[in-house]
Amino acid sequence: MSSDHTHNPGFIRKYVFSVDHKVIGVQYAVTSLIFLFFGFSLMMIMRWQLAYPGDAIPLIGGWLGQYLVDNNGVLLPEGYNALGAMHGTIMVFLGVVPLAVGGFGNYVMPLQIGAPDMAFPRLNMASYWVYVLGGIAMLASFFVPGGAANSGWTSYPPLSVIANVDNAHHFWNGQTIWLLGMVLLITSSLLGSVNFIVTIVHLRVKGLTMFRLPFFVWAQLVTSFLLLLAFPPLEAAGVLQLMDRAFDTSFFMPTGLVVSGVVRDEYAGGGSPLLWQHLFWFLAHPEVYVLILPALGIIGEIIANNTRRPLWGYKTLVYSVVFLGFMSFVVWAHHMFLTGMGTTMSNFFQTTTMIISIPSVVILTAMLLSLWNASIRFNVPMLFALSFLPMFAIGGLTGLPLGLSASDIQLHDTYYVIGHFHYVVAPGTIMALFAGIYFWFPKVTGRKMSTLLGHLHFWPTLLFMNVIFGPMLIIGLRGVSRRLWDQTEYVLGAEVQGWTVMSSWGAWMLGLSQLPFIINFFYSAVAGKKSVENPWKATTLEWAAPSPPPHGNFAEVPVVYRGPYEYSVPGAKEDFQPQHLSDAKLS
Amino acid sequence: MSSELLPHTLEPHPVTGMYNGKFGLWLFLASEVMLFGALFSAYILLRTHGDFPSHEETTLNYKIGALNTFLLITSSVTMVMAWASFKLNEPSKGKLYLWLTVFLSVAFLVIKIKFEYLHKIHHGITPDTSTFYAIYYCMTGLHGLHILGGVIVMLYFLLPGFGLWRKNPEQFTNRIECTGLYWHFVDLVWIFLFPVFYLL
Repeated sequence: MSSDHTHNPGFIRKYVFSVDHKVIGVQYAVTSLIFLFFGFSLMMIMRWQLAYPGDAIPLIGGWLGQYLVDNNGVLLPEGYNALGAMHGTIMVFLGVVPLAVGGFGNYVMPLQIGAPDMAFPRLNMASYWVYVLGGIAMLASFFVPGGAANSGWTSYPPLSVIANVDNAHHFWNGQTIWLLGMVLLITSSLLGSVNFIVTIVHLRVKGLTMFRLPFFVWAQLVTSFLLLLAFPPLEAAGVLQLMDRAFDTSFFMPTGLVVSGVVRDEYAGGGSPLLWQHLFWFLAHPEVYVLILPALGIIGEIIANNTRRPLWGYKTLVYSVVFLGFMSFVVWAHHMFLTGMGTTMSNFFQTTTMIISIPSVVILTAMLLSLWNASIRFNVPMLFALSFLPMFAIGGLTGLPLGLSASDIQLHDTYYVIGHFHYVVAPGTIMALFAGIYFWFPKVTGRKMSTLLGHLHFWPTLLFMNVIFGPMLIIGLRGVSRRLWDQTEYVLGAEVQGWTVMSSWGAWMLGLSQLPFIINFFYSAVAGKKSVENPWKATTLEWAAPSPPPHGNFAEVPVVYRGPYEYSVPGAKEDFQPQHLSDAKLS
Repeated sequence: MSSELLPHTLEPHPVTGMYNGKFGLWLFLASEVMLFGALFSAYILLRTHGDFPSHEETTLNYKIGALNTFLLITSSVTMVMAWASFKLNEPSKGKLYLWLTVFLSVAFLVIKIKFEYLHKIHHGITPDTSTFYAIYYCMTGLHGLHILGGVIVMLYFLLPGFGLWRKNPEQFTNRIECTGLYWHFVDLVWIFLFPVFYLL
């Protein structure tokens, strides 16, 4: 390393193994967008088998390999399971969370608190590269004997413990690599979350008190606590499952297990499959809020900016997010009502589940009230942000019947569940992430994205998201299981096959609708219209830095004089009062 | 330090009263509590819900366990002495105490592996014998890896990392303090592991 004080560290140190939070943020964002598209492509393949069971997959059927398709290019049931498991894993752990936290959090959060970088820049770099290793492990698992993990993204034992082991007799099979990949991803998020919390608490500039933080930073802070405290139990569970697979221990294997008529006596028994579910959902329910909180943060920023007035009930929003984070640790077993864990447990967890819906509704209501009577600017980020509100509301409200243990009996493990959580994460969180990309793109590149292509992206995306997930709610209410390779084998499935075909076409059309975005993203980065420093006339600190910000972010350390959303202050000259300008400078 | 990194700060932050590294380490320990907490919960669930062997059926030697407990608690004391010596600007004493800590932890690992793991495996008692031995090997093994990690960090500060003492003694002492915090946590985990596996 050089000892001189110029910022010319060479290409590799600057763009590959960089310690600059902005470069790492862009690395995270681009990598996770690629993973998002890859994970979505797996689903587009599955949707062919669902819509036209037993037909050869067109165009790419011959290229998918022996673990996914048969000689005619028809998707195998095992291949279908592998695609399903990996779709979930990739979308959640390699796509949405790294984009929302690693991408947006890394890039925007230090700027919004006026910091020159994260508190531990080298840790930040390590976090990204460990994430990349985890991603490589997950991709590599498609090519090992037996193919990728195929026991669902939840990897429930005993199925997951015996999966692949029989036919491959090989330690390096899909499920084992899935577990190792998860351990890497958990390590990455641990490094990231420690860094985020220290940065937010310690590196705020003078005058930026906790209640002057932009809502986005609060959302990232709570998210980091969830990642910090909820992920380790899954790491523990992953180690236990690895031992079950590698050393034939029986953590999750009950006594006297019989599979396909064969007594599995290589396991001493005495374990409990429920143990995995408890440990898994102890992570995976807070994980749901890791998916949604950064999205809420992005929406808050964009709504305040484009309604040109303060977010309605800022403090209420902050308290709600903190309460939401806390409660998310005590609702996990609502995923397990039908495991026979007992009605006492079910009653407790359905009560906490009803309680956690309250802060969610408070947040959504505050966002809606922010719109009331405002003169709204309908630019592309705002369109995405506005579409988030009803989509997230549908996702949230369809969750209520699942959170009640009685109605869950009918709905559990049907397409209704898939429809519900996709409404939260796909038209919900992913619309918010798109909004954030359009909003902060000028900050990152110094150029604006095309509005025309933005509209060509937004309208079809909103339409086809609903064409995909709306029918799932209907199919699920009829009781069709979410895990069927061919639902037409059952009368009730055959009756609603039309809806499934519609859903599939929605998915493929959604894929096409992303073309304008991909073109816009790359074209605008190179040749988009040059943007001014503060194109949206925003108040928060990231817009006080040049676009794109240089190394060290701010030419001089900013001082904060007011709250984050001082828009349309009565009597003021301009309709926005940036946080870093003193009253003397504004008048 | 390279010019790409933030200048190192030794100042405690007014909100937390800690410098960045110490606060970060406490957060890391919080996540470690959740990791071991999950495994202790797994132990409780296996013991109450599964076919778990009774205490009489298990063959752990509590005398070896007690000796190891004694070694680890002593190593916590020498760790504090090392930090205090560096704080009082007595680096040779500090180094000595740090070497002592390394010695005690290596002794712990040798006893654990030679007289417990290998002895058990020799008698055919492996993780797949019963859920008791599965969780025993898993938790003490994970704890052993934490000890090993601590030893590597201490050796780093004693050998290549000691140059920092001459450049910035306060920063070096802070690093020893963080190592100490981690070390006490690892000891604390053993204080729980010992009664859970050897006595109850």
